[in-house]
Formats: sequence, C-alpha cells, structure tokens
Amino acid sequence: MDYAKLWFVFWAVLWTGYFALDGFDLGVGFSGWLAAADEQERGFVFSSIGPFWDGNEVWLVTAGGATFAAFPPVYSGLFSWLYPALLLILFSLILRGAALEFRGKVQSASWKGAWEFSAAFSSLSATLLFGVLFGNLFRGLEIGPAGYSGTFAGLLNSYALLTGLLFAVFFFFHGQLWLSFKTPDPVAGRARRLAGGAWYALVVLAVVFIAASYASTGLTGNFMVRKSLLVLPAGVAVSLVLAKILLARGAPGRAFIASFTGIVFFILTGFAGLYPDLLPSRVNPAFGLNVYNSASSPYTLKLMAVVVAIFLPVVICYQAWVYRLFRAPLTAEELRQSGIY
Amino acid sequence: MTAMFHFIFVPLTLGLGWLVAWFETRYACSGDARYLAMARFWGKLFLINFALGVVTGLTLEFQLGMNWAEYSKYVGDIFGAPLAIEAMAAFFLESTFIGVWMFGWGRMSKKAHAAAMWVVAFATNMSALWILLANGWMQRPVGYILRNGRAEMTDFTALLLNPYGWIEFFHTVFSGWVIAGFFVMGVCAWHLLRKNQEDLFKRSFSAGAVFALASSLLVAGVGDISGVNVAKNQPAKFAAMESVWETQAPAPYTLLTFPSLRGDGNAVEALKVPYALSLMAFHSPTAEVRGLNSFAPQDRPPVLPVFLSFRTMVALGMLFILLSGAAVWLSCKDLLGRYPLFLKIMLFAIPLPYLAIQLGWIVTEMGRQPWLVYGLMRTAEGVSNTVTPAQVWLSLGGFTVLYTALGIIDVWLLAKYARKGMEA
Repeated sequence: MDYAKLWFVFWAVLWTGYFALDGFDLGVGFSGWLAAADEQERGFVFSSIGPFWDGNEVWLVTAGGATFAAFPPVYSGLFSWLYPALLLILFSLILRGAALEFRGKVQSASWKGAWEFSAAFSSLSATLLFGVLFGNLFRGLEIGPAGYSGTFAGLLNSYALLTGLLFAVFFFFHGQLWLSFKTPDPVAGRARRLAGGAWYALVVLAVVFIAASYASTGLTGNFMVRKSLLVLPAGVAVSLVLAKILLARGAPGRAFIASFTGIVFFILTGFAGLYPDLLPSRVNPAFGLNVYNSASSPYTLKLMAVVVAIFLPVVICYQAWVYRLFRAPLTAEELRQSGIY
Repeated sequence: MTAMFHFIFVPLTLGLGWLVAWFETRYACSGDARYLAMARFWGKLFLINFALGVVTGLTLEFQLGMNWAEYSKYVGDIFGAPLAIEAMAAFFLESTFIGVWMFGWGRMSKKAHAAAMWVVAFATNMSALWILLANGWMQRPVGYILRNGRAEMTDFTALLLNPYGWIEFFHTVFSGWVIAGFFVMGVCAWHLLRKNQEDLFKRSFSAGAVFALASSLLVAGVGDISGVNVAKNQPAKFAAMESVWETQAPAPYTLLTFPSLRGDGNAVEALKVPYALSLMAFHSPTAEVRGLNSFAPQDRPPVLPVFLSFRTMVALGMLFILLSGAAVWLSCKDLLGRYPLFLKIMLFAIPLPYLAIQLGWIVTEMGRQPWLVYGLMRTAEGVSNTVTPAQVWLSLGGFTVLYTALGIIDVWLLAKYARKGMEA
C-alpha cells in the first residue's frame, strides 16, 4: 500500500472537514449581524455557534499537525514562504477567538459592540485569506530551482482574490443557513432571505471560478484524464441546487446539510485537481512539492495512518453527538440561563 | 514568545478542571446546591482562562513552520507525530467538550454534565503529555536515524516511553496543579478577608489547600528525579543549573554561589556541604559531577540565567510546600478567620507558582542551548531562511501587542468574576 498517496487523501479530508465545519461559524461570524436587529438577537446569533466553533477550529490544528507529521517540507514551506499571509490569518484567528469568548462577559452595549465588530472583521479577513491561500495553491507558487521567490503582493493576484471572494460568499450562504434553523424568528426569517439572495451570487461566482480555473491553472487536467473524478464537481452542483430547493420548501436544516456537502465536494474537487502536488510550482512542475518528494518516511506515515484510523472516527462520532445534542433551536430562556457563557 | 504566553494561561487550566469536575460531581451525586454554586463559579474562571489557552495553542502549531522552517523540515518525520496525535487525541476532545459544558446546562443530565468536565480535565492533561513528549524528544532525541538528510523515526515506542518526556510531563502537570491550588486559595482568601459567603469559600479553600499540598509534594518528588535525569543526559545543563565549573568526585553542594559576570567561573563560592551535589545528581555520595570547564565554551548554555532561575524555582517550590501545609492545617482546624495575615499572604501568593513555572521553562529551554535538539541540531541551524529579520520582528511585535492586550483583558475579566463571588 502506498502510504504517501493515502496521506494525500487524509490531508484533503482534514482540510475539507475544517472548511465544511468552520465555514458556517466563520460565515455567522462575519455576516450574522445582518440577520439580527438588536442586542438580544445578536445574542442568539453568537450563542448559536458558541458550542461548536472551538471544536471546529481544531480541524485546522489537526490539518496543520498532520501536514507537519506527514509532509514536513510542505509544512515548513507553506508556512515560511507564505509568512505574511499566514501571519495575518493567525492574527485574525486569535482576535476572533478572543472576540467570541469575551463578547458575553460584560453586560454593556459598547463592550459587546466592540467585540461584535472584531468578530465580524476577523472572521471575514480569515475567510478571505484562506481563499487567497488556496487560490494560490490551485494556481501554483513561484517555486524555482533556488526555492521560493514569490512576494506577498504576488499572492494577491486576481485568481486568488476570486477564490477568496468565492470562499466568503460560500461561507456567507452556509452561515445564514445555519442561522435559519438554529435561531428563533425573526432572526431565522431574515437569515433565510439573506441565504436565498446569496445563492445567486454564489452560483455566478462558482461558474466564473470554474472558467478561471480552466484558463489559468493546471487544476482541470486531472479531470480530463480521469473522467470519474468529475463526480466531485457534479456533487457541488447537485448540492447547491438541492440547497436552494430545500430552502424554498421551508426546510432550512436540510438545506444546511446540502450546503455542507456542497463545501465538502468543492474542497475535494480542489484537492483532486492538485494531486499529486501539495504545493505546485508555476515555474516548472518539477520544482513543486508533491507526494513523492515531500512525504515522511514510510514508518511514520504508516504509524500516523493507524493513529488517524483510530482517532478520526471517534472524533467524528462525538462531534456528531454534540451537534445532535444541540440540534434544537435556541430559545430566549436558554439564552438567559447560559448567562455569561 | 507565544510559547511563554501560552504557558501563562494553560497551567491553571491543567489543575482547575479537576477541581471544577470534583465540585460538580459532588453536586450531581448529593444534589447539594452549594457545590453547584462552586462548580459554576470556578468553572467560569476556568473558561475565561481556557479561551486564551486555546487561541494561543492554535497559533503555536503554525509558528513552528513559520519561524523554524529548517527545523521542521529536518525533524518533522519524528517531531510532527506527537503534535498531530495531540491535536487528534486531546485537543479535539477538550475543545468539543468544553462547548458541551458551557452550553449544555439545560440539555443533559447532571451526571452527564459533570462527566463533560472530567473529559475536559483529562484531555487538557493529555494534551500536555503529547506536547511534552515532543519537547522531551528535543531534550533527549531517541528512536530516530539520520537518513535522506533528515531525522527519520524508526521507533515510536522509544519516543513514547522517553523517560525525559514523562518526567517533564509530570513535573509540568503537577506544577500546573499547584498553580490551580494557589489560585483557588488566593481567590478564597480575598473573599474570606471580606467575610463574603464564608461557607462556600471555606469549602473551596480546603479543597484548594489539599490539592496544592499534594501537588507541591509531587512536584518536588518529580523534581528530584528530574535532576538526576538531567545530570545523566544533559551534564552541561546540570552544571549550569548549579554553576559548577570544576569536575569533582565526590562533589560538594555549594550553598552560596554566584557566577561571575564574565561567564568563566564563580565570583562567590562559600558554605560547601560535602557529598551533597553527588547525592543530588546521581543519588550516590561519591559520583563524579562534570563541571562547565569540561565543555568547550561554544557548547555551554548561558550560566547566569539558568543558575538563577533554577535556584529561585527550587526556593519557591519549598515555600509552596510550607504555605500549602499551613493552609491545610489551618483549614482543617477551621482557624482561617483568626489569621487574616495568612489569608493576605495567600492572596499575594497567587503569582508565585506562575513565576516558578516560567523559571522552570527558562531552565529547561535555555539550559539546552546552544542545542535546539540536544546533540543533534544547533538552534541557529533551525530557523527559517526565507524569512527576513524584518518579518520576524514585525510578527514578534504584532504578537506581543496583541497578546499583551488580550492578556490584560483576560486578567481583568478574571479579577472581575473572581470578585463577584458565587451565585447564591
């Protein structure tokens, strides 16, 4: 068995898990206030993601840790080459964590307002930056024979910005769907309308993104060679259509699940296009970091595969249990009871 | 930097979780509402602390790659494994169940809710285990082979059973428990001095006192084993901790020492206890203790900070045993109200275990210099070479400002909620 290839799949799954889960709480973080009219309603918005965002962000930590263990050169390359971008992502995530935790701790409008603004700003910047980051992975980095030679300004190319925008709109849609069934009216009603509107923007962006990927990246090559992979982008399309239908039929919970699978298929599509590269080079494919030249030793890969095979299903089980536990919408009584939490 | 900041907030959660879980279990089993109030009160303080522990932990995972790229590439094969396992086996568990505990009051049974806190407490300590096994590997690399221009893992069991990592784990975790014990006692002392909710705070105080005494003794015990371990595996660090320059057998312990500022010997050396250092280092009165002079100057750690940190830490450790011993005795006899001065001391003692734990890290990390991985890779070889100094300073400055601001807010919130007292 080729563990390096298996690890590429794990790598893709961990990132996919991160975006599909943290996607809605990032979206709620930066766009939730649009669905809320006053302080109590914003309380619903933030409490709706309260039990989840922390556990969701651990998917990111795990994706990072797994990169470190399974593809050390990718870990060190990604983070030291794209230093300024990663630094901004970290600042955003720190600020976001603090904002979500501190917001409810003091009962004053200006205190809450300040943290709500911080949460919105940092959630949006984290989302955009993640999009830009993945846009650049899809597009390829400036890796030459002497190593990496790109600049921060070079990361902000139009394709990467388009990816950033796509992430933001996707998470906006995803987050509003979450609010549509997790909060009471009138918040939920507003969220449903916002999600409905965002859907059109999302579809347009997705089409533009596919065209741009075809024109300016090597992402589409794998799909031409292996037609069976086309099931992944088809999954995105089906999920999005389903999400819209379910939303219109008044089943926002199911629409949320559809948009969840939409993100899963979307991220997997990206990784399927990348394979076998992890950090492709724009200069010459030979300089890129791929599963062959960047993997850890077979011993480590095998060991870590066993660890993942044991723990990941357990994690998924108890996280699913937590989502079940909190599946009922929030009530005003519960909001009052949880008090400062 | 992040590591130090991370470690200001994490240790309290290592111990406080157990106490909260204990109070809540007593409530769940007896239905005694006083324990519910205690669990909720200490739980709130736990949460305020936890938040920053998590966000700093998140960033720590990525900073290794950003600033220590060469290191990450060289040892990732073996060093990455415990970090990835930590995320998967512990970090997920604590972050998920802390959410359950926070928001789950009305959605589950009392016992299940208390169990959630046990899971959190267990997971935070497990988290420390994996991180310290990783650090233990940097202190005493085992189970690897140099191949393909990097360190590759050959024996996971050796990494897992590395005594260095386990000793560090117990020493760190127990000292985190000491912090929690002193934190609880200090906050209680504040309220007892003001005669607020005396019954609740006396109960909390005695739980904190017993916890602190037991952990102070355990820290000291593991500390002794740790000393032997360092003397055996990292003789240069041990020599710097005691500022020993000449190799001697048997070696005396010098009560009054002060290293000279030139870094080539001791300015003061007086009151020698014969055989004592050999006993400490190897549990044998005649064993040979290597001095700093037997190491080339470029292989010596900075002596002055390591030495001072070590001595202060040990003195503080002794003080903790005395203070918590007195606290247990006074609270058993219900005499706390008669000694306001003692309560004041306990209030001002809150920062001391924090200081001790930071000093301990200075000893561990600075004492390992000039090595990043002991005997394998020097610190200067590990840094990122595509990252410019300007970027590093910018990030260091940014993190300092951000963390200091958040740290101040966090401490302010802690003080605010600590003063507010319990919900009656």
